[in-house]
Amino acid sequence: MDHQLDQTTDPLQIADRVLGSRLVLGTGGFPRMETLADAVRASGTSMVTVALRRIDPETRGSLVDTLDACGVDVLPNTAGCFTARDAVLTAQLAREAFETDWIKLEVIGDERTLLPDAPELLLAAEQLVADGFTVLPYTTDDPVLSRRLEDVGCAAVMPLGSPIGSGQGILNPYNIALIVERAGVPVVLDAGVGTASDAALAMELGCDAVLCASAISRAHDPVAMARAIRAGVEGGRLAHRAGRIPRRTYAQPSTQHDGRAEFGA
Amino acid sequence: MIVVNGEPAAELPAGITIADLIRRVAGVDPDGRGVAVAVDAVVVPRGAWTSTTVADGARVEVVGAVQGG
Repeated sequence: MDHQLDQTTDPLQIADRVLGSRLVLGTGGFPRMETLADAVRASGTSMVTVALRRIDPETRGSLVDTLDACGVDVLPNTAGCFTARDAVLTAQLAREAFETDWIKLEVIGDERTLLPDAPELLLAAEQLVADGFTVLPYTTDDPVLSRRLEDVGCAAVMPLGSPIGSGQGILNPYNIALIVERAGVPVVLDAGVGTASDAALAMELGCDAVLCASAISRAHDPVAMARAIRAGVEGGRLAHRAGRIPRRTYAQPSTQHDGRAEFGA
Repeated sequence: MIVVNGEPAAELPAGITIADLIRRVAGVDPDGRGVAVAVDAVVVPRGAWTSTTVADGARVEVVGAVQGG
């Protein structure tokens, strides 16, 4: 293999941090902590998301300890926030809890679809950037909103492929390609991945990374799916860099016509 | 009365430090990573937990890490 296409020479940089893997793993939905740890290792990820909730003394500790043992960075999220105010406060709590100023910003506008609330998202992003956070917003697949988020100082944009946990893949590849084309910050496809081919498509479209939770954690065999989606991300990235052939209406022979044997009538 | 995570906490005296509050209500080592506290919607930095006291009527949120996408 051409060394320039080797995974190890193709790290992802977001803000000032270089990530060894282009797969970010969401920790939601794993039935057991041991499965989560095995999936983290199988995925090859270097960064995983976590959430904050009112503390439960019964279960506290094991998650942070497990992730520390895996040696991965923690990316806290603001999941469940419906207003900029709640998201900003949650991000500030996360900064204290995990000693990181990185935040996956989620501001949800609708319970049924869990789609982002664009005005509140932009407002929260602006406030968090001003407060010194490295902001990675979960956003719609709207290219204009992605640019606005970049303009207010977000370190990456994370458009959805389809609604969270839906497993519908990338419903609008055209929009994702537009976002990639105009982005000056890394684009992380977030939400909607259902299986390895969805992750591969995201990378083929030019996304810099994929964030995946449910497709792995709720798979019949989460560890095997972690490996599969890792392979999808790596394959898609290689294909993107290799440059695919154009789509043609008709066939184009791959074997030359000249010099074939003639057998008469 | 101090309210912790939405529940009245009659056993907690006014003036308790954040560090003591966390230890008593959450059974958590206040040095432990993955825990954060807000009092009346203002986040209290970890370094101020032993010096910050909680007034009567305060609403305290104590949060910790959970799995999430």
